[in-house]
Amino acid sequence: MKKLIAMVLASAMVLSLSACGNVARDDKAAAEAPAGEAAPAANEAAADNSEAAEATSSVKAGFICLHDENSTYDLNFINAAKEACEKMGVEAIFKTNIPEGQECYDAACELADAGCNFIFADSFGHEDYIIEAAKEFPEVQFSHATGTKAHTENLANFHNAFANIFQGRYLAGIVAGMKLNEMIEKGDITAEQAKMGYIGAYTYAEVISGYTSFYLGAKSVCPSVTMEVTFTGSWYDETAEKEGAEKLIHDGCVLISQHADSMGAPTACETAGVPNVSYNGSTSSACPNTFLVSSRINWAPYFEYAMSAVEKGEAYDTDWCGTLADDSVMLTEFGKNIAAGTEEAVEKAKADIEAGKLFVFDTKNFTVEGKTLDSYMADVDTDEAYTGDHEAIVDGHFDESGKGFRSAPFFDVKIDGITLLDTKF
Amino acid sequence: MNNHKEPLFHIVKREEMIWYRAWGIRLIAIVAALIVCAILTTVLTGDNPIQVYATIIKGAFGSKRKAWITFQDLSVLLIIAVALTPAFRMRFWNIGGEGQVLIGGLSAAACMICLGDRLPNWLIIVCMVCSSLIAGAIWGFIPAFFKAKWNTNETLATLMLNYIATQLVAFYTIVWEVPKGSGKIGIINQNSNIGWLPDLFGNKYILTIVVALIVTIGMTIYLRYTKHGYELIVVGESENTAHYVGIKVEKVVIRTMMMSGAICALAGLLLVGSINHTVTTTIAGGQGFTAVMVSWLAKFDPLAMIGTSLLIVFLERGAGEISTTFHLNHSFSDILTGIILFFIIGCEFFIQYRIAFHKKEGRRG
Repeated sequence: MKKLIAMVLASAMVLSLSACGNVARDDKAAAEAPAGEAAPAANEAAADNSEAAEATSSVKAGFICLHDENSTYDLNFINAAKEACEKMGVEAIFKTNIPEGQECYDAACELADAGCNFIFADSFGHEDYIIEAAKEFPEVQFSHATGTKAHTENLANFHNAFANIFQGRYLAGIVAGMKLNEMIEKGDITAEQAKMGYIGAYTYAEVISGYTSFYLGAKSVCPSVTMEVTFTGSWYDETAEKEGAEKLIHDGCVLISQHADSMGAPTACETAGVPNVSYNGSTSSACPNTFLVSSRINWAPYFEYAMSAVEKGEAYDTDWCGTLADDSVMLTEFGKNIAAGTEEAVEKAKADIEAGKLFVFDTKNFTVEGKTLDSYMADVDTDEAYTGDHEAIVDGHFDESGKGFRSAPFFDVKIDGITLLDTKF
Repeated sequence: MNNHKEPLFHIVKREEMIWYRAWGIRLIAIVAALIVCAILTTVLTGDNPIQVYATIIKGAFGSKRKAWITFQDLSVLLIIAVALTPAFRMRFWNIGGEGQVLIGGLSAAACMICLGDRLPNWLIIVCMVCSSLIAGAIWGFIPAFFKAKWNTNETLATLMLNYIATQLVAFYTIVWEVPKGSGKIGIINQNSNIGWLPDLFGNKYILTIVVALIVTIGMTIYLRYTKHGYELIVVGESENTAHYVGIKVEKVVIRTMMMSGAICALAGLLLVGSINHTVTTTIAGGQGFTAVMVSWLAKFDPLAMIGTSLLIVFLERGAGEISTTFHLNHSFSDILTGIILFFIIGCEFFIQYRIAFHKKEGRRG
């Protein structure tokens, strides 16, 4: 009997330890950063004073992040937010590790209680909870990245924002295509073996738009390229992303890219010596030999735009979409192992896109089941039945995130040349 | 005989300890935990540990809203812990709280989505309550039935049912996802509020708290003063005795587990219908397991669980605030919580047992 009790106690202990690890993730974690970066040296509660001294703007900003700095996705937001706040003298509070549930609403309300008049959430699943908070605090401006509902919700203080990241992906695809050409020329692979792998999170339009534009970019310089895509069913799952990359490499993919937020895929590529095109930011320090380039959305222009509108008390766009021209969409610096001529090819394509000469989703450049896509009704206004409600083919191209639609991507067409391995998500 | 060596010490079960000594030991454990945490904090981060502790309190009770959320979180954990308790008293190790919560939440969400515009709101809420309680009862019935009939291992069965429930939720997430492919359901009936459980006194947090109180008090009465409550203790002590005095063991096991599952599902109903208004695979957030500890720490006394769940929720909510104010990674606050819990659980050992040292003189004599 004694043994039994001891055993159960011990197992309860083990269980509880692992359990509290689980629960803690759901906790309202938060990382407050002072407006300026001068304060962290103090790194104590005393930092409050220097914050107040530096805050020169009437805006107080709150940022809600799904994960923390360990996620490339969130780090990209946090860096841009710090940059914009420092530039404008805005005091900022960061709440990190906020799940996509009621915790997000609670976090938004706590920020509003703390006097924030501009609140921003970075994850797709935060949207509904931010809308709830926006209804409760009409005097506070709420912005949400990647969301789809602002243009149909009719709330004066709720805004969506995104950027034409598909253009950045296209440019990154050119870098990948040039690398493939180099491998073919060297005789490492044949033209038919030019197969890329891509790790996606969900079979969601944002991901589909991303990998398709990446593929089209590669195809524009390496016509024989094909691609396999695998899905993890999570925006951040280091193990699944790593295993996905390993699976694709095993399948014969000679170059990997990803739309998921951990370091799983880049590190798997570094271990296997397979070139990687990253997302959200450079991974060159962790993967010096295999990093080619990364496309990313630079959120600083949006933060500056929205916060200066709040400062002046003006209304700002319900649906804002950044472009290459305003530096919202950018490529990071190139890795050391890119193919010769890459920079020139990217510059040319970039200039053509900006000049309106080149469209990423030009219907001449891809086919769907062997046919050109002449008409496509896209699900722009979110509804449970996924009704296609807008004709998206405009002047011979799929007008992704175009004027009059919404900022978040809605390209969800499955084009030829891309094989989806597992689409259970 | 000569080479027989006595160990340096051995462990002896204590007699029932007087309450003030037991609480003294617990107090010492908490103080010791705080000292270890303070040393660790100072060495690793250079921050002032007193300020860190003040921040923990601020994180849990710093504003009216924070306090409400703390009590709401406490209530959910408390309901789950209370739900597991009758099974534990019967020595039926139900570690399937997680799955029972999830399946209850999933049933409620199904009613909200599928009946959304077909029935009047009050009827939908009735359906939600009934279907989640029944779903939870079924999730409790399955392992209990197999245990009663074929003496299968209930720990494994309940644990594995957790994964089945998680996968079911994952499956339906994809069936009901909005927009297509996004892998999330989002707030259900956000504009019509159909199937949302009503706010009491105009406050969205109170309903959960009231339900938790009713469940806790009800369970205390059930365990202390009813025949059922007595029966399940007898079954736990000795099945043979139970048979001898004419208790139908199978019936008690199945009945108790169905109740356990149904009350867990009630927590799921509240999580979906009143708090999150959506269902995700992580909505239970590991609380089905944390509740095991809450129940054990409270010695299976529902009223004492108010205290133990408060402790856990308090530490969790405070932990988040530490990483805010001190720019520390969230993992650091997890470490502090881990240390404190380790000491608190560990001290129960010293309350149950004492360590007897062998005196060398005695052996010579």
